[in-house]
Amino acid sequence: MSFSREPDFGTPARESDKTVTLVIDGQAVTVPEGTSVMRAAREVGQSIPKLCATDTMEAWGSCRLCLVEIEGQRGTPASCTTPVRDGMEVRTQTPRLEKVRRGVMELYISDHPLDCLTCAANGDCELQDTAGEVGLRDVRYGYDGERHHGDRADAIDQSNPYFAFEPAKCIVCSRCVRACEEVQGTFALTIQGRGFASKVSAGAAADDFFNSECVSCGACVQACPTATLSEKSVIEHGTPSRHVDTTCAYCGVGCSFRAEMQGDQVVRMVPAKSGGANEGHSCVKGRFAWGYATHKDRITTPMIREKTTDPWRPVDWDEAISFAAGRFKAIQEKYGKDAIGGITSSRCTNEEVYVVQRLIRAAFGNNNVDTCARVCHSPTGYGLKTTFGTSAGTQNFKSVEQADVILVIGANPTDGHPVFASRMKKRLREGAKLIVADPRRIDLVRSPHIAAAHHLQLRPGANVALMNAMAHVIVTENLIDEAYVTERCETAEFERWRSFAAKPKNAPEALAEATGVAAQDIRAAARLYATGGNAAIYYGLGVTEHSQGSTMVMAMANLAMATGNVGREGVGINPLRGQNNVQGSCDMGSFPHEFPGYRHVSDDAVRQSFEAEWGIGLSDAPGLRIPNMFAAAVDGTYKGMFVQGEDIAQSDPNTRHVQAALDSLECLVVQDLFLNETAAYAHVFLPGTSFLEKDGTFTNAERRINRVRPVMTEKTGLSEWEIVCRLARAMGYDMHYASAAGIMDEIARMTPTFAGVSFERLDRDGSLQWPVNDAAPNGTPTMHMSGFVRGKGRFMITEFVPSDERTSRSFPLILTTGRILSQYNVGAQTRRTENVRWHETDVLEIHPFDAEERGLNDGDTVSIQSRMGAVTLPVKLTERMPQGVVYTTFHHPVSGANVITTEYSDWATNCPEYKVTAVQVARANRPSDWQLELDELHETRYRTGGIEAAE
Amino acid sequence: MSVTVYIPCDSAALSVGADTVADAIRHEARIRDIDVTIVRNGSRGLFWLEPLVEVEVDGNRTAYGPVTAADVPKLFDAAFHAGGSHPLALGPIEDHPFLKNQERLTFARVGIIDPLDMAAYQSHGGLTGLRRALGMTPEQIVQDVTDSGLRGRGGAGFPTGIKWKTVAETACETKYVCCNADEGDSGTFADRMIMEGDPFTLIEGMVIAGLAVGAGEGYVYIRSEYPHAIATMLAAIRIWEADGLLGDDVAGSGKPFRLHVRKGAGAYICGEESSMLESMEGKRGTVRAKPPIPAVAGLFGQPTVVNNVLSLATVPYIMKEGAEAYRDFGMGRSRGTQPFQLAGNIRQGGLVEKAFGVTIRELIEDFGGGTASGRPFRAAQLGGPLGAYVDDAMLDLAMDYEALAEAGAMLGHGGIVVFDDTVDMAEMARFAFEFCEIESCGKCTPCRIGAVRGRETVEKIIRGEDAARNVTLVEDLCDVMTDGSLCAMGGLTPMPVRSAIKLFPDDFDRPLRHAAE
Repeated sequence: MSFSREPDFGTPARESDKTVTLVIDGQAVTVPEGTSVMRAAREVGQSIPKLCATDTMEAWGSCRLCLVEIEGQRGTPASCTTPVRDGMEVRTQTPRLEKVRRGVMELYISDHPLDCLTCAANGDCELQDTAGEVGLRDVRYGYDGERHHGDRADAIDQSNPYFAFEPAKCIVCSRCVRACEEVQGTFALTIQGRGFASKVSAGAAADDFFNSECVSCGACVQACPTATLSEKSVIEHGTPSRHVDTTCAYCGVGCSFRAEMQGDQVVRMVPAKSGGANEGHSCVKGRFAWGYATHKDRITTPMIREKTTDPWRPVDWDEAISFAAGRFKAIQEKYGKDAIGGITSSRCTNEEVYVVQRLIRAAFGNNNVDTCARVCHSPTGYGLKTTFGTSAGTQNFKSVEQADVILVIGANPTDGHPVFASRMKKRLREGAKLIVADPRRIDLVRSPHIAAAHHLQLRPGANVALMNAMAHVIVTENLIDEAYVTERCETAEFERWRSFAAKPKNAPEALAEATGVAAQDIRAAARLYATGGNAAIYYGLGVTEHSQGSTMVMAMANLAMATGNVGREGVGINPLRGQNNVQGSCDMGSFPHEFPGYRHVSDDAVRQSFEAEWGIGLSDAPGLRIPNMFAAAVDGTYKGMFVQGEDIAQSDPNTRHVQAALDSLECLVVQDLFLNETAAYAHVFLPGTSFLEKDGTFTNAERRINRVRPVMTEKTGLSEWEIVCRLARAMGYDMHYASAAGIMDEIARMTPTFAGVSFERLDRDGSLQWPVNDAAPNGTPTMHMSGFVRGKGRFMITEFVPSDERTSRSFPLILTTGRILSQYNVGAQTRRTENVRWHETDVLEIHPFDAEERGLNDGDTVSIQSRMGAVTLPVKLTERMPQGVVYTTFHHPVSGANVITTEYSDWATNCPEYKVTAVQVARANRPSDWQLELDELHETRYRTGGIEAAE
Repeated sequence: MSVTVYIPCDSAALSVGADTVADAIRHEARIRDIDVTIVRNGSRGLFWLEPLVEVEVDGNRTAYGPVTAADVPKLFDAAFHAGGSHPLALGPIEDHPFLKNQERLTFARVGIIDPLDMAAYQSHGGLTGLRRALGMTPEQIVQDVTDSGLRGRGGAGFPTGIKWKTVAETACETKYVCCNADEGDSGTFADRMIMEGDPFTLIEGMVIAGLAVGAGEGYVYIRSEYPHAIATMLAAIRIWEADGLLGDDVAGSGKPFRLHVRKGAGAYICGEESSMLESMEGKRGTVRAKPPIPAVAGLFGQPTVVNNVLSLATVPYIMKEGAEAYRDFGMGRSRGTQPFQLAGNIRQGGLVEKAFGVTIRELIEDFGGGTASGRPFRAAQLGGPLGAYVDDAMLDLAMDYEALAEAGAMLGHGGIVVFDDTVDMAEMARFAFEFCEIESCGKCTPCRIGAVRGRETVEKIIRGEDAARNVTLVEDLCDVMTDGSLCAMGGLTPMPVRSAIKLFPDDFDRPLRHAAE
């Protein structure tokens, strides 16, 4: 059998400057101080039997199998809980130990069903393996005593869609409970009862797993050494026979997974301990919600149609590609070269994105390329490049382990970036202080063993005011790290910023009205941030998706520089990026003004290097941004579009405007897994590949380049980059690659920050964080260590300008948007998995007082009306919301959250102001007009010749 | 002139009607217009004489007992309030051989004073130790306690001074002193008698411990089955707070010591120190793996002194009289005195504080007066439900940590439970496992499953099923539990089992009992 789990050292690795040398079974071993005897033994190949110990959590010492004898020490201490000492002499195998271990195993098996051959864990069971190791041959107690199996068994809990809990097989090692506490940090599980009656429980006696606080991260299932907690896929299919190391395709955390396989069928996805981003942890999406890849809605055949009102016609690849190429060429002939363009996908690999931007720049002959980062983190790129010199976050995720003060702004990590949130929560439980700036009371504000020192419950749109107020406190109370600023930042600009921040108008008291936060809270938070030790800022789209998104990013950068919190572990400015490869898609030259590596298209040297590489002349004029494309389309000057893996009709603001733009195109090519909302307006559908079929790389929020490896062949028969190359060739531009590795070789050759990256290197070293080049041959976990990339850090003036989107008597509430744990983005994937059971529909969250004023009860259907449009949703009353602010998610197309969002956007990058929309909420008794139109659209635009309509 | 009548408020006396007796005396005195001042003292520890009523006449106390409410009119008739003679009269109780032959250091005031009377406490030597300690450096206090030879009276017998030294030397801003008053051993009551009879001495000991190790906060963890002890401790703490002896500035020293009571929730395992700490932190009472020891990382992860009530309650004596004075009592490495508790099938049950070195026989026969049933002695269990049984041949063993260990027994918390010749030692072995089964925290496997399998296997032996083979299995299980258990609960359960099998093999050699029988 070739399948095995990752090696388990029993207890976590320790980091220490001091080493300790001891002798284990006559063999000397040197390990860091604090290492357990068990782990030290494993380092020299002595595997001590164990059941309750595993290296993802602290030692527990309950199974009593790992006992050893230590010279000069009484008794038989457990090797997992005994730290090494210099000169210790340990024996791991003696007749006495053998007898105890066999005796303990005899006790275990006296209360365990003997159905190994038909058990889901057969072949993958630590209890079974250990019974073998200790030589158990007989259970002299018999099997008719007290027991938890057979006629005494508690019922199997099947309530969770992804895993089953079979108490009869539990050995009460507490690994699941500890995983829930130490690894995930949810504290949903406990042991109830005592002695022989001890059993694992998901909370109160009446709770099953589904109804408990469990978030289905899978850590407990992963930790279980028996079949007690088993993936239903394993129960159904059996243990895997091989595995492929790959990377999750959901959020920007970029977790490493082992896809465990039978043939080309995934049996389960198991988070990899060797994964730099996740170190063995996962969330419900990556761990379990991968079934969409083989969902019946998936389209695997290319399709075309003359008009968008025609039914789709399945065709072969050649016909689809020549149809698309023909239309694009015809448009360019008729309307000019710049009348077409495209959008790259943050869901696709670096290699796929790179090829699409090359298609547009070289084959289309213009720079009309943009990407969905436009609508999420474009201000991050702009703000951090301006202040620090690099369009990316400064730290790796591990850095949070060194943070003393954590400031979370406009991010909801436990829902949006759950695996990183678990890491953050672990550090918070160790004592780091937390400041949350968010209009909503997100879970981090208060959850088991976590409590924010300050929750700055600011008004949506007041971010910059809040930062300026904090800056004011830091400047006027002399909390500046003067030495740092003097050494590392531009003096003149700092001084200008200092006097700006010191202005009375920026005092917390002066801004209290604008921010909605009491001045003393802002003062206390600012003091904590400036003086609490290593201070790190983590932020999300609540920062960027504002009219002052870029200003806000720079305001945070100012704060970090002023307090000396950039350039070492434990500090920094950390964007929590939304999509799996949004960092990568930006790196790969997806913006209309930038070549790969963020170099301007007007830079002659750079452009000439690409002209030489690609063998064609390139435009030096920046192309259209996404909103410009829509505007130009409505104006009739933009007629053709290639959309790679992004559902702009659902995700971009002001849906009616987007729909009008798309409807005006003469050729819309959609490359996707599913006939998404945008496909209603498409003429060509090029079926894409899921991450399980891709060969390439994703770059996560910490600039970590991770390998994505195919576990099965493309269901469409072609890789996405090959389709793009064929389209380029059909348009008359010769573009060829032999493999995805070859694309990366070109990226490395053309992009200084990627110079040292290759598939061969990644396959050898696991992952690399860019820049990877001669200056940083092993990559760069922490940026700006010895100085800022741009030279000196640059303070920017961040004047607070309130959004033009204001509340009024007609629209008295502010709508803000976000997401939840079980669903992902527009939901194209998660809606096609059992995850819908946690979130079947989007709801509008509203404070009970606001609801009462409107006569609304929990569950009522309400109309949400903005200046742009209206939709209808069920309402949920919750005190998480402050008064005056309402909230919804946008995971379901029918919700139409973007029908009501406005076209206001960030002044620098056009990132839409999704987070601030003035609305009125009233009881409704029917879907909105838009929702009725959508129904009709779904009936007319998704017909397929000979094939049933999808969705 | 008023007559002072002492009626104990100790639970042992209350359980046999002390409150009713007090009511009756008050009532009778009113009827007869006799001026009686009733003082509720602790118990002297002569339980077969409770309720033991003492009358103070001219500074001399004369005892009567056991008194029932029905006896009260006759006692008045006999002018007991003037020390008159009566069949229940016992004379001056100090002269009773049970008391006269004791060496009461820790229990010096118990049964004598009103436990909440600060003036009486001080006039009987209270606070002298604390005052002396306040004038000493922490190092000197630790040294004195070390020199006294005091060892942990909870059962483990670890030198108290060394434990304190570890906590004192662990640099940390927040440290705690935790008193383990989860007295769960069968046949033990010494901790309760201190808390109900002289709570101030425990508080004084804890304050001194705080000064010695640099802890500003203390907790007393009292089992919920001790409602009177809890009430008395709470009242005592309030008095100390009111007198400025507890709080932010202990007796004007500028040093803080705040004291809190935590109530257990009915689990024997919470008497195990690490489970107690878990319970005090609000978690399930389960055992922690060591290291780290509580002295380094105890309550809420801070350095913590965890001592038994008796250890802490002895400290004021040591501080007052000096290490030497305490050390002069005892034998070998067991210094000072031990409050022994006589229980079970014994004629004169109660508390005997005696220097180490006293023999088991002296305790059971001289103090205890043999079995209550009058039948021949067969066995005694020393040191609680996890302690070994001794037989007649072992009765001349001296009460000394090392001597007992050598004989395969242990002193534990000083409890002695006596059995006569009707006891079935196989049933007692079964009970040892059953106790472990009920009280195991369930964390470690040998204890969690072993206790159940042990009980089941002894039941097979009792039924005569393959007795020899099953005795071997029980002995193997005892090895696994001893070597393998995480704490003393599972680790010591084999002690009563093994001793029963070893000393009384015939009880385990049973013929098959047929279903019809």
